[in-house]
Amino acid sequence: MTQQQSYNGYQEQEPPLPSAVPQVTESAEMVRVEQAVKRFGDLLVLNNVSMTVKRGQVVVIIGPSGSGKTTLLRCINHLEKIDSGRIYVDGQLVGYRLVNGRLVEAREAEIAKMRAQIGFVFQRFNLFAHMTALENIIEAPVHVLGIPRDEAIAQAMELLRKVGLEEKAHVYPHKLSGGQQQRVAIARALAMRPKLMLFDEATSALDPELVGEVLKVMRQLAEEGMTMVVVTHEMGFARDVADHVIFMDHGVIVEEGPPEQIFDNPQNERTRNFLGLIAAD
Amino acid sequence: MFDWDAVWKFIVSPFFLQAAWTTLWLSVVAQLAGVVLGLFLALMRMSRFKWLSFPVQVYVWFFRGSPLLVQVLLLWDGLPKLVPGLLFSQITCILIAFSLNEAAYMSEIIRAGISSVDPGQMEAARALGMRYWLAMRRIILPQAARVIIPPLGNEFNNMLKTTSIASVIGLEELTGTAEILGAPTFSIFELLIVATVYYLLLTTLWDYFQRWIERRLDPEYAAKGGRPGRRPGQKSWTQRVLGFGNPPLESGELIAGGHGGAR
Repeated sequence: MTQQQSYNGYQEQEPPLPSAVPQVTESAEMVRVEQAVKRFGDLLVLNNVSMTVKRGQVVVIIGPSGSGKTTLLRCINHLEKIDSGRIYVDGQLVGYRLVNGRLVEAREAEIAKMRAQIGFVFQRFNLFAHMTALENIIEAPVHVLGIPRDEAIAQAMELLRKVGLEEKAHVYPHKLSGGQQQRVAIARALAMRPKLMLFDEATSALDPELVGEVLKVMRQLAEEGMTMVVVTHEMGFARDVADHVIFMDHGVIVEEGPPEQIFDNPQNERTRNFLGLIAAD
Repeated sequence: MFDWDAVWKFIVSPFFLQAAWTTLWLSVVAQLAGVVLGLFLALMRMSRFKWLSFPVQVYVWFFRGSPLLVQVLLLWDGLPKLVPGLLFSQITCILIAFSLNEAAYMSEIIRAGISSVDPGQMEAARALGMRYWLAMRRIILPQAARVIIPPLGNEFNNMLKTTSIASVIGLEELTGTAEILGAPTFSIFELLIVATVYYLLLTTLWDYFQRWIERRLDPEYAAKGGRPGRRPGQKSWTQRVLGFGNPPLESGELIAGGHGGAR
């Protein structure tokens, strides 16, 4: 309750910095990937991939290692550059702009501005090692969005409360468990008030007993209506939380649909094989 | 005969105090210039663009591959011949040669320091919307500093002694002063002993200073309470300059600030 009030109160007094104002284009599609192609040398990692994520939707991408799902996710916030195709986030072209009908790589400032609106959670957490949990969370709000430090701290404490780590605010990452680090990393991403969250195998580097606490936070986010693209091996999570499941293999989307279809009645043989292997684990 | 009187006469003389000061400020200025220039060289060297990294490779190859003494003489004797009329003062000449030379070494040290930081740190910074320089300044360099500072300390120790090369073009730093003052009375040996005492004094003081800095670079230094007399959590000067170790806030301060009143 307090959190909600404080959060809204904060929204009202948001400073009129251009970079701090979320895009208000309100397109129904949050993410649109059109015929994305990505090569690493000779290896074709993404082979003509197209997908869409609607506002408020949770899309889960599953598939074997090396299927290109992580690369696809990284392309959405331009951590990887696609070789051809187009990616739009909230109606805006990612990483490029159209100049006289030709695609030109966007300026660093434009790319940074776009990334500031997209939360990214890494498999290996990547918390800033020289900063406490709290400092990690306020770093980008203060230095990218220009939010006053005390406001950023108040917001960060709310977020830490939300992920259940309030008492760890002043602890450095190496003193936190993997699950705690990942929860701080999620809080750090949320502190930018993103319109889209990308999760790259957020629980794969965790000890099994720590997976649950991170999934719980992700579940909560999904329930709050956050638009999410989740790359994961957690099939239970995918089945419960996803609105839409995409199965990738060898750089192509083999099959996609609602979780009931993918998990209970997969149409493609490769999907059946993959899910069979997972079940046999 | 060794002339002890000459040693006693000069050890706390204005000549040598002045010379020690010259040695010290030459070293500090050349080292600072070397660090700043070295940082830019390191970042250029690490660029994925060949036209940025290749010139740095050539630069480092030249300045590390030829003697500093020769570089000084090239600048002092050679440059006026190459460009008639262009004659630097001794000080300028020494500062340029020393800074350029030091930058070559520092660029390699800084490059190693930056490379030691997990690439995931830069990715996380970029993913949060930070631009390259902001990410460098706030995220990468403070972490690289812990790797850079120890060899940087050695570099400065070296620099204090290497300034003796300035004496060959007649600059009156410690070694030059010993030679110039000692020549008329044939007491160069005695005065070199005096100079040595000053060198040892400077390097010893630096040694303490370096250890003090390295202690302060421990990210948990502030959290552990820091130096006696400092409020627990108060940031040290080094931490402020390098941008980390922000003081933990008591939850009470948050409430006092009007936020999170539910607690």
